[in-house]
Amino acid sequence: MPEAIIQASKVEKFYGEHDSATIPVIAPTDLAIEPGQILALLGPSGSGKSTLLRMLTGLTSPSAGEVFWHGCPIRDCSPNVSIVFQSFALFPWLTVFENVEAPLKARGVNSFERRKRSLKILDTVGLDGFEQAYPKELSGGMKQRVGFARALVVEPEVLFMDEPFSALDVLTAENLRSELLELWGKKAIPTKAIFIVTHNIEEAVLLADRIIVLGKNPGCIRTDFEVAIARPRERKSDEFTGYVDYIYKVLTSPSQHDMPPLRPPQGPLVPYAKTPRAAYQMLSHARPGGIAGLLELIDENPNGREDMYRLADELSFELDDLLPIVDAAHQLGFLKIEEGDAQITPEGHEFANAEILRQKELFRQAVLSHVTLLRQITKTLEAKRDHSAPEALFQDLLDEHFSAEEAKRQLETAISWGRYAELFEYDADRQRLYLHQAEATPEILSQ
Amino acid sequence: MIRRVRTFAQSAARVRTWPLLMDFAVFAGLIAIFYALAFIARYWSTAPVAEAVIQRSPGALPIYAFYSLVRMGVAYVLSLIFALAYGYIAAYNKRLEAPLIAILDILQSIPVLSFLPGVMLAMVALFPTRQFGLELGSIVLIFTGQVWNMAFSFYSSLKAIPRELREATRIYSFSRWQRFFQLELPFSTIGLVWNSMVSVAQGWFTLMLCEMFVLQNRDFRLPGLGSYLKTAADNGDKQAMAWGLATLIAVIVLLDQLLWRPLIVWSDKFKFEQVESAAPPRSPLLAMLFNSAVLRTVRQRIVSPLSERIVMYLAHQHSADASKSADSRTGKAFVAIPAVVFGSLTCFALFKAGILLSHLSRAEFTLTLHAAGATLLRVTVSLLIALAWTIPAGVAIGFHPRMARYAQPLAQIAASVPATALFPIILIAIIGMGGGMNTASIVLMLLGTQWYILFNVIAGALAIPSDMRDVSDIFRFNFRERWMTVILPGIFPYLITGLVTASGGAWNASIVAEYFRTNDHTFTTLGLGAQISLASDSGNSRLLLISTVVMAAMVVTINRLLWKPLFRLSGSRYRLD
Repeated sequence: MPEAIIQASKVEKFYGEHDSATIPVIAPTDLAIEPGQILALLGPSGSGKSTLLRMLTGLTSPSAGEVFWHGCPIRDCSPNVSIVFQSFALFPWLTVFENVEAPLKARGVNSFERRKRSLKILDTVGLDGFEQAYPKELSGGMKQRVGFARALVVEPEVLFMDEPFSALDVLTAENLRSELLELWGKKAIPTKAIFIVTHNIEEAVLLADRIIVLGKNPGCIRTDFEVAIARPRERKSDEFTGYVDYIYKVLTSPSQHDMPPLRPPQGPLVPYAKTPRAAYQMLSHARPGGIAGLLELIDENPNGREDMYRLADELSFELDDLLPIVDAAHQLGFLKIEEGDAQITPEGHEFANAEILRQKELFRQAVLSHVTLLRQITKTLEAKRDHSAPEALFQDLLDEHFSAEEAKRQLETAISWGRYAELFEYDADRQRLYLHQAEATPEILSQ
Repeated sequence: MIRRVRTFAQSAARVRTWPLLMDFAVFAGLIAIFYALAFIARYWSTAPVAEAVIQRSPGALPIYAFYSLVRMGVAYVLSLIFALAYGYIAAYNKRLEAPLIAILDILQSIPVLSFLPGVMLAMVALFPTRQFGLELGSIVLIFTGQVWNMAFSFYSSLKAIPRELREATRIYSFSRWQRFFQLELPFSTIGLVWNSMVSVAQGWFTLMLCEMFVLQNRDFRLPGLGSYLKTAADNGDKQAMAWGLATLIAVIVLLDQLLWRPLIVWSDKFKFEQVESAAPPRSPLLAMLFNSAVLRTVRQRIVSPLSERIVMYLAHQHSADASKSADSRTGKAFVAIPAVVFGSLTCFALFKAGILLSHLSRAEFTLTLHAAGATLLRVTVSLLIALAWTIPAGVAIGFHPRMARYAQPLAQIAASVPATALFPIILIAIIGMGGGMNTASIVLMLLGTQWYILFNVIAGALAIPSDMRDVSDIFRFNFRERWMTVILPGIFPYLITGLVTASGGAWNASIVAEYFRTNDHTFTTLGLGAQISLASDSGNSRLLLISTVVMAAMVVTINRLLWKPLFRLSGSRYRLD
């Protein structure tokens, strides 16, 4: 095995103090970037993909563990890496040429050499003739070409890409992907390894030599395998769909009990690690309407079963669009996940076919029996004399288990579910929750 | 290729229309600047004339205007440098951030006049034999009136830089210099330009104060437009007043055309947007400057090579530094020593101030509180009057684009005239009509602040989506429903923005509005502003201190308790998106 360019050893990320309760975001992880490979990092939102990328580039330091660049701790050396950003991150006040030239300026390259190298790389990525244009004059695809040119002009050893195609439309993204593969295949760029973070499964299978799938809460490696498909890869081939299907299975199998069989890849599937303490139930951020829509769609099938891959394809959803809804439906007991297939449960069937008021009732039953947080909120409100409580009370509770941002999203989702289920009312101005029965609050009457 | 040919043809056509003429103009401009510098340097190094005789003939106006402009210009440049440094430190030093922003909040609420005695005496003591000392005092006073909002603007721009742009500069290891000129400064430019305009307007407002004042029974008069206007008013010379006012308006309009318009157009380049806006603003003057051969040569021969040298030097420095990690101990000492020095100085000053205040009599204290109440009442009344006319007028203008075309430029000119310059005229008129100082001071506050509200209301009315107006038409909303459900909520965020600025402005205006001295008479009324003016005139530092503290405390409290919550509300509930 060749020597790794970047080696992460037991890197971890958590929020909070060292001694008091910490909230883990990424569990201790080992990861190596080896030369000659395109490595894709896949994972649902909240699995810490971007955080991991920033630790590997040295932009963020891990809370524990160490990242090595050719064997030397990364914070002590200046690694020769570049990042292509999702939002392009171009300087709108600089021309295309000045944008590409800027990293060379920072490295002290003289102006003649700068000009030569910038023009050459602009030519390589197909931006000849646009040197004097400003980014805002360009289309999204062209802007990302500038992003690539700026990243490649310094001839990085590792090229990092943080969801580089997700801000582009489907066709433009496809075009850029194939051009990137061409540059890489022809060795037109001196880059030794590419590391791409994505939530698009097909993109990962299309591009990568090796795929790492992350699980969430906290982020950890579920599986790490090589993609043994010859290039150019054909999306419709059985091999290709086999890999995609497998990744769906990995992503939707929540525990080690229903682990998918390890058919195509070589790497073993790592079951979710036993977290040090019982993790607090984490809600998936899906709207009740979305859950109902998904269930109705699956229920249309003869036996109420649907392949996840086909579902995503049919809806032209990406991973981040579909997974939270599936997860939520699963959490509420409306769906079962079996080997990458979604199987509707009797409750789910009834929910999908009920009219609106009955649907709310079923939803209420489901959240009360499956969602800890909503049970806690309802109990608290019932216990209070005025049947109301400030939002901050529950925020504090969640803050012990999640990062501040995630805690906020958790509560938002819980409130949206609770309102839909008519468990309680929420007054946004006063940031208070009211029990639904106690609707005789003066404001509501007076309005 | 076609693209390039066309742009070449365009520029060739432009070059043909005004090549020589333009170069002459730029050249003449450079010589004029050179001469002006020499002239000012000679004037500043003369022996100080504290009580210059201000001539009232119109012939003296150009030179007075020039003196005032130089003062404003120097004060502005100082403000810019200070604002950049202050904002930078506040944004990047985690430990200093909170205290620095709190200090900014308080300094912003202290009226210019409260700085006057300290600043002036210090400057005259520093340069006892040169006019420069007096001039510097006046400049620093103007500076204290315009620097704070610029510093705040730069700070908040720095905080708003998108994360990925920052990461790009880090991953490519930009030096601080390169980061500053390629990311931080460009990103903040638009905010800085708009705040500069507000600041300079503020400077014109306080010009009369800063050029002519009494300090410990000494009359200070610096030749300038402000002192000309004031002298004319003192002597009741209506003709001179008209001349002075005309010159002032001319200077302001010229500055607007020659400086601010081109600057706004230029700063459009720094808009942080991914898509080009439909109609970017234009300025012929800017196009001329860009096409001037002289300036191009200067840029190519001097500016570019110089910046290249600096960037290269720093890049090499930077890569040499990167290998060795920063020594945190020296870093800490670097912060700790100034902090200790600053802290002990503050404690000493507080102690002294405490001693000073301990001599305050009970009567003086109650008087100050009464005065504060009176001024608060006046500020409130003036804001209410402003609201009463600007909301209907602003909504009408915003809803009728044809009306806007005429009304907006007119309102802009009206707004650009510093109310202080009009004050003597208004005061004389009001007293002539049998009104008192009380009415006059409310009118002056109104004159100085209503425009902020008007412009914001117009902008708010323009921003109400036509869908919402259509809805109110379809459902035949009556007058009241229309205002309560569509118009008022729609303009609310803009209204609050306008009111915050107007309220700050009204407090500041109280200094000028409540106290006016002519040669033979002093018009005054009970108020905090009057008290500060009086204390400053008579050198009563005890009274000055307590009045200033009370005023700053009130302004900061009102900001915290009233405007901040309203601002938050407007940002959450009344946001249209």
